[in-house]
Amino acid sequence: MATKRVAICAVAQHKNEPDLWYKRFQNMLLDVLEDLQGQTGFKYGENGVGIIVSASDDFFDARTISNNGVTDVIGGQYLAEEKMAQEGLNAIGYANAIILSGHKDLVLIMGHCKESQGESRNMITNCGFDPFYGRATGLDYLNAAGLQAQAYMRKSGLTDDQLAEIVVRSRQWAARNPYANAQEVVPAGKVKASPMLCDPIRQLHAYPVSDGAVGLLLASEERAREFTDNPVWITGFANCMDAFFFGDRDLTSNFALKKATANACRRAGIQDLKKAADVAEVMDCYAYQQPMWMEGLGFCGDGEGGRFIAEGGPGKYRVNLSGGTLAGNPMIISGLYRAAEATLQLQGGAGDRQVPDAKCAVAHSTNGPAGQFHSVLILEA
Amino acid sequence: MTCKCEDIKDCFVIEARMALPNQYFVGRIGSKWIIAMRDKKKLTGLKCDKCNITYVPPREHCNKCGATIADNWVDVGTTGEIVNFTIVNYNDKHLPKKAPYILGQIKLDGADTPLTHIVADVDPADVHVGMKVKAVFAEGPVNTLMQLDHFEPV
Ligand SMILES: [Zn+2]
Repeated sequence: MATKRVAICAVAQHKNEPDLWYKRFQNMLLDVLEDLQGQTGFKYGENGVGIIVSASDDFFDARTISNNGVTDVIGGQYLAEEKMAQEGLNAIGYANAIILSGHKDLVLIMGHCKESQGESRNMITNCGFDPFYGRATGLDYLNAAGLQAQAYMRKSGLTDDQLAEIVVRSRQWAARNPYANAQEVVPAGKVKASPMLCDPIRQLHAYPVSDGAVGLLLASEERAREFTDNPVWITGFANCMDAFFFGDRDLTSNFALKKATANACRRAGIQDLKKAADVAEVMDCYAYQQPMWMEGLGFCGDGEGGRFIAEGGPGKYRVNLSGGTLAGNPMIISGLYRAAEATLQLQGGAGDRQVPDAKCAVAHSTNGPAGQFHSVLILEA
Repeated sequence: MTCKCEDIKDCFVIEARMALPNQYFVGRIGSKWIIAMRDKKKLTGLKCDKCNITYVPPREHCNKCGATIADNWVDVGTTGEIVNFTIVNYNDKHLPKKAPYILGQIKLDGADTPLTHIVADVDPADVHVGMKVKAVFAEGPVNTLMQLDHFEPV
């Protein structure tokens, strides 16, 4: 008998760090796992967790997600381990489907990445392009974002001053988040004086290299309260992929995000996300992306990202009270961090970042160059 | 959970690298595209007559309607217009040039989808959207995307 609703029972976040060279990602996951077990008392096997969905990236791990990656540490041996190599938020979509289908009623999600292991994130994301048509020109996720930022700033009127303002605010909130990487508060002048990486993206507009790990325990409605008094319900999830060729895409249209948002909202029965959501967590690897993704999520009109910032939109709609990806999460599991923070807000466990009486949250993630692929998760208390 | 303070005495890392020599078939379409550049100094695309869209890079099926367009090759211009660009200001091993270099999206005359490529022989301060550029081909056979070496102002 299939369940009607799926709950996130508990979340555990490893603190993001710039270079945890002395800690294996397996150990990071083990700490996360023990935290989750401490919170919920879950066990493995017959009436416990029977499927683990792991989320990681082969190129960042510098090994394949083969069967001796993290299987033993996360409890996968003798059970079922499924692997999500796309951005981690999709592991939640996948676990949600496993439970809704009635296949299993308890699923553990474990995501990890140590971006510090690689000499260069850009070398890795260069491999995210077509080997023949894309890689030779040096395209990577940073300069692809540079191209998108150019086009988006022309369209939205977003300014260098506003990009600095977005970074300053991110750090102010990150200073309150014990799991954030970049917790140092920076003045706008320092952001504007930071070197240009890829015009118009400056060094401090880009998310710092980060090592992290996240775990979540999901359960069917029937079993959720065995593990928590505060279940958070998944009411909507959707994703959408834009065109394969970079040049085929309208880089400022938010095509994939708008579709993902519309589908997630339809499933959640939400007409207007900006009215419904008390908290929004968006994956902003680069400062320009925060207003741009908020546009795609429907919090402001098309091309109005500049005005959104000018009118204090991020404060009004409680955007990224965690500091967001700008404060540093590994790209490949940034969506899991967004979902974890959104869950804490709905459980009343967000500490100094808590929004009083938050009832509905949206968590967003993106993957592929310049927002090719977007995922949207809607959670309700 | 927050990070425990760890003792890092007697910890060591190994230096590793993933060098995995491999081949990648560029496809029949990609092969024809390269050969036209290499042997005729021509840029070509595939056109969907129904949608009236000319695709560069070429592909076997129309991205919009899905029709097979593999035989509908058309010549596009070796000149075009910069529709978007960025200036790469960092250096890295996968980059074909030293910083600063310009990465542009170039809409070739007669094409509908811009090609992303290097724009050279222009001061980064002077590059702008709407700038007319022309293709500069490599001298000998390269047999990669770099058969088209770069674009430069007309
Ligand atoms: Zn067509």
